[in-house]
Amino acid sequence: MIKIEDLHKSYPIGKDSLHVLKGIDLHIKEGEFVSIMGSSGSGKSTLLNIVGLLDIHDRGNYYLNGQLIKNLNEKKAAILRNKFLGFVFQSFNLIAYKTALENVALPLYYKGMARKERLKIALDYLEKVGLKEWANHLPSELSGGQKQRVAIARALVTNPKVVLADEPTGALDSTTTDSVMDLLKAINDEGMTVFVITHEEEVAAQTKRIVRLKDGVIISDALTKVAKAV
Amino acid sequence: MFDLDRWREIFQSINKNRLRSVMSGFTVAFAILLFTLLFGVANGLGNFFKGAFVDTAENSITVRVRQTSKPYKGLQTGRKIQLKNKDYEYVSKTYKNKIEYQSAIIYKNFSIKYKNEASTYRVSAVNPDYQFLEKTIITDGRFLNNRDVQEKSKSIVIGRLIKEDLFGGRPAVGKRVNVNGSSYLVIGIFSDEGGDNEERKAYIPVSTAQMIYGNNDYISQINVGYDRNLNTDAAIAFGSQIEREMRAKLNIHPDDQTALSVRNMAESNKFISTVMFALLLIITFIGSGTLIAGIIGISNIMIFVIKERTREFGIRKALGAQPSSIVGMVVQESVLITTIAGYVGLSLGTYVLSLIGNSLEEDYFIVNPSVSPEIVIGATIVLVLSGLIAGYVPAKRAANIKPIEALRGD
Repeated sequence: MIKIEDLHKSYPIGKDSLHVLKGIDLHIKEGEFVSIMGSSGSGKSTLLNIVGLLDIHDRGNYYLNGQLIKNLNEKKAAILRNKFLGFVFQSFNLIAYKTALENVALPLYYKGMARKERLKIALDYLEKVGLKEWANHLPSELSGGQKQRVAIARALVTNPKVVLADEPTGALDSTTTDSVMDLLKAINDEGMTVFVITHEEEVAAQTKRIVRLKDGVIISDALTKVAKAV
Repeated sequence: MFDLDRWREIFQSINKNRLRSVMSGFTVAFAILLFTLLFGVANGLGNFFKGAFVDTAENSITVRVRQTSKPYKGLQTGRKIQLKNKDYEYVSKTYKNKIEYQSAIIYKNFSIKYKNEASTYRVSAVNPDYQFLEKTIITDGRFLNNRDVQEKSKSIVIGRLIKEDLFGGRPAVGKRVNVNGSSYLVIGIFSDEGGDNEERKAYIPVSTAQMIYGNNDYISQINVGYDRNLNTDAAIAFGSQIEREMRAKLNIHPDDQTALSVRNMAESNKFISTVMFALLLIITFIGSGTLIAGIIGISNIMIFVIKERTREFGIRKALGAQPSSIVGMVVQESVLITTIAGYVGLSLGTYVLSLIGNSLEEDYFIVNPSVSPEIVIGATIVLVLSGLIAGYVPAKRAANIKPIEALRGD
């Protein structure tokens, strides 16, 4: 599903450049539940941004769903994001003036789906994350955990190939963290590829494979107990 | 443009951010309101100037005489100057190819009587061309013709209000009225844009008046309509030439304005067009300044709005929005707000102008202040364009920010 070969990325900082990713090789197959661990500055967010087509790499090859990602302009990237990827962010990134239902339906709008149909599908996904009764509430009326579940519903609504979650529990307390992780596990159990970035060991432990990143290189890549238990 | 979903997105964005939308709309509405009022008032001033001469042909030159106020060539002050038929004929012969119309005028005040109705009116004894010099509009019958003058016929053309005074709703043409003791045939009715006073006048042939009232060849005034092919400067020179020659002919001091005065519409026209041009310059300057201020206002607000929404655009892009859809959305919203606000300003301005109407005519010389459709359409186009630019430039920039940067921001 995601295949990365010798990926490099550096950011210009003044006259110098900061070499963030120094040759990453990673292969994630369909249906995997992978977490990327690392302290801040390890390059894990950069990796997610490149995988998520939010940023471009300097060197190396990246295949998404078998397609080589190269020379993407904004328009093509937008189409691929809409088609293949679902995002879950640490800070939820819901649109404040739209209801939960409208937020979930938004990716379908950019897919070009008719309003009636997309609202119906969005409602199905809200039900799936247990927030059907909250469909017409604004994000400001929801708790952090609820917002993140809306964001997950939004990530899933286009039925993407991969769900990318950037510190999905970073802004949540331990109880809601568990409920969000349970939800991600449930999605994975249905066959969805889930790619999580976190710095919390407990969160990573609930995934099936942990890739540890340090100073821009992978230092370990191992299956977790969860995976072995299955 | 006609994507219903797009409009829904825009209305939601406007509706959920009402203060912001109203503020940006207010800037434009206010600018357009000022712009409309300014142009309306300027037009009102222009209308006043134009209206002051509306009932006289724009190519008219009037020669008028009174008593001398300066001694000249051994002749005393206070000498009464009299124009005669020979002066009239001199003018028509000398300037044949520069004259379009010509008429002599004798002013009289006569009582006109029909059956039991009678009143005193101003009766001008004129030549047939007078109809064109005074822009008299015949509404019934006809004006005087050359035959009336040759035959010294007792024919009279009466103004609309005289006809109402004497005849009421009954027909007047073909009826006989009593003018100062003589019986005249009413041959025509006229109206005049110059107002009520102009429509309480009557015209009789100049020859008839000379025969009946004094049996002389005196005339009070000579009116000339110069050839319209003459440009303004040539027309002014023509007026001066007539004045010089008439003064020489009648032995009048060159500076004696009382004894002989020549009123040349070419000079008035030149003055009016100079004033109007200056006015137009000022108005254009201030008006475009106001518009530019409005455009800058909305541009500022749009820049702020887009900065505020950068994160939202980042989210939208992460969810699959293409840059063009973001730009399109912002531009459409901006154009919508400017157009509606501009229309509100325009309507308000037009409404205020219509309230003003002619109420400022007496004190401020503003007549029927209004804006022409061209100005309205022009201002609307400027508005839509400015909304387009005000929205496009910052939106384009925002849409090109990588979603990762937009999402990181704040």
